[in-house]
Amino acid sequence: MLPAPPGGGSTAGSTAGRSGGKVGVGSVGWMAAPALLFFTAFGVIPLFGVLALSFTSWDGIGAIRFAGFDSWTAVLTNPGLPHALWVTFLVMALSWLVQTPLSILLGVFLAGAERYRAVLSVLYFLPLLLSSAAIAITYKALLDPNFGLGAGLGLPFLSQDWLGRPNLALGVVVFVVSWQFIPFHSLIYQGAVRQIPTSMYEAAQIDGAGRMRQFFSITLPQLKNTIVTSSTLMVVGSLTFFDLIYILTAGGPGDATRVLALDMYITGFQANLMGPASGIALILVLVGLSIALLLRRIGGGDDTASQLEGA
Amino acid sequence: MGVPLVAALASCGSDGPSSTPGSTGGAGAGAGGGSGASYWSLTGQPGEGIRQATVDRFNKANSSTPIKLTLFQNDAYKTKIKTAIGAGQSPTIIWGWGGGTLRTYAEANQVEDLTSWFAENPKVKGRLFPSSFGAGTVDKKIYAMPCETVQPIVLYYNKKVLDKVGVAPPKSWGDIMAMVPKLNAAGIAPFSLGGQSRWTNMMWLEFLFDRIGGPEVFQAVFDGQKDAWSNPDAITALTKMQDLIKADGFIKGFSSITADSNADQALLYTGKAAMMLHGSWTYGSMSADGGDFVSSGSLGYMNFPPVEGGKGDPSDTVGNPGQYLSISAKASDAEKETAKKFFATAILDDAEVKSWIDTGSIPIVNGSDAKIAGSKDADWLKFLYGVASGAKVFAQSWDQALSPTAAETLLDNISKLFQLSVTPQQFADNLNAVIGK
Repeated sequence: MLPAPPGGGSTAGSTAGRSGGKVGVGSVGWMAAPALLFFTAFGVIPLFGVLALSFTSWDGIGAIRFAGFDSWTAVLTNPGLPHALWVTFLVMALSWLVQTPLSILLGVFLAGAERYRAVLSVLYFLPLLLSSAAIAITYKALLDPNFGLGAGLGLPFLSQDWLGRPNLALGVVVFVVSWQFIPFHSLIYQGAVRQIPTSMYEAAQIDGAGRMRQFFSITLPQLKNTIVTSSTLMVVGSLTFFDLIYILTAGGPGDATRVLALDMYITGFQANLMGPASGIALILVLVGLSIALLLRRIGGGDDTASQLEGA
Repeated sequence: MGVPLVAALASCGSDGPSSTPGSTGGAGAGAGGGSGASYWSLTGQPGEGIRQATVDRFNKANSSTPIKLTLFQNDAYKTKIKTAIGAGQSPTIIWGWGGGTLRTYAEANQVEDLTSWFAENPKVKGRLFPSSFGAGTVDKKIYAMPCETVQPIVLYYNKKVLDKVGVAPPKSWGDIMAMVPKLNAAGIAPFSLGGQSRWTNMMWLEFLFDRIGGPEVFQAVFDGQKDAWSNPDAITALTKMQDLIKADGFIKGFSSITADSNADQALLYTGKAAMMLHGSWTYGSMSADGGDFVSSGSLGYMNFPPVEGGKGDPSDTVGNPGQYLSISAKASDAEKETAKKFFATAILDDAEVKSWIDTGSIPIVNGSDAKIAGSKDADWLKFLYGVASGAKVFAQSWDQALSPTAAETLLDNISKLFQLSVTPQQFADNLNAVIGK
């Protein structure tokens, strides 16, 4: 994705670009074609369709009628929109705050070469194998206040009304999302930690740095680009959480967990208001794009700076 | 947009219809030729098995034009069928609740006008309850054949639990409010409720509106009168509703219980809750799932009690006057023929009528009361028939009567009303804004 630096900047993994130069880019440019084709067919073209739909009135069944800015007025004056945006940002921020530290620690732990760590890593990655729908159904059953885990084991603190109180339900959503995605991000961090040259740790040891000092002075700075990548995936991904929340709470109780993606679905497919739903969808796209760009600015702005030893 | 929409559609697919062997999801496919037809309906026993058996009998008799039945969960189906119809992927035979949703189909010319077919086949029409045709009719044209059973909403109670606590079934709203603290003190939830499904909460309001203000209150909403929700009787009903919620009238965690999981029924038959307001269709599932709860006579039932000083007739009821089968206008002529043959020869044939009665339902066939006597559920069936036929007004469920747009706003606000996050006045204001939409 990153453009090749024009001069002799030594980015990680830029060796091919340096020797091949423009010729190399030209000869492999066609490799992007399939992805571009799919992106155009399933991303760009529907996006324009949605843009067009947002200026119409359509119930999803009958004829599509042009309606000017009616849908946009309806969307932007609906008090549900700021609420949905707020819930979306809450889920985004909280799940980032929970996932990032845990993923980094797990990733660092799992990067070690010992046998038992390999065994544990297999266990940790299990949630990755499950579909969101299955996870949501399972947690819904476990958290049922009358027939769930708490009632079954006779543990009163577990039989809270987990999904029936606004703040608790939001917390549960963040927890389940984290449970599902921490393995994925740990995997990314595990790979990144293994890329850090051991010579750096050896040098640090000679200088008398302890484990904590090594972690904060070597591991974390070396993971900077990975943190940006993982955060982008988390943050942009959290915008599209839908299936999990839909099954777990259906946006409830009330509208306590009605995130933007869910709001769009309910508006479009339950209330049959495709125009306003398209408006919400475009807002979702705009928010997603701005955040992704912002993150790149923050983290990836100086991507010519070397992360490798000796540079 | 691409990503969220794909996610939305994918999740529709992953709701997982439990299809019959050999049936495919793509319904409209295979349109050519003198072929069979596709038919989408709901899962959930006992209806699921009866629908399947009827289709099987039809397919045995008409092996060259078989019907493929695909079944979905209730809440998932409501979205799935709309999306399929809008996308031109409708099954030949569309199962539904009539009312406002059927109106949107009819206005978009997506379903076949059956008026003339019924005129040509007076026998088919004549054997069904006349009252069942109302919700299948849009602007005096019949767009759906009524089928299956009449389903009033009933107040169920667990006799053992009420006996243990020493309270009698409520005869009035005052009784209900007086029972609540006694039951709570005994550690039993007064009412079970699958509140996440939202239409479950709505049943309470349907009865409170009727008992307090009479059927005119909601009729004014249905007719699109300005500010109809601000009727003082409506505000009273909404206030009484919140009074019951504030008094802990409902099971802990009701807002995270879905009706599709039948957990609300389980709360009643396991004795964790004393009473439950629910559709008559739950009798069959409680018989099937509740062990000896129903067969041992522990299940009590009654029509919703009157509210002191209310204007509504205590015989009034709400619910589903029937279920409805429409034929997709986009189906091929051969498919339409198969569907009509299915309607005329298989739907509510004697075997199906018997199956419904055996599972504690009243099929919408004239004279089905005569077949009640021999049934093991005779008492229940007699009660049910009495409620359905004796009701001065049998109102259709609100969310089915209204357009999908108004219904969604209604359900959304009902869930907030039950969360106590809107006041009755705010509820009325929010809904006045969508009257007639």
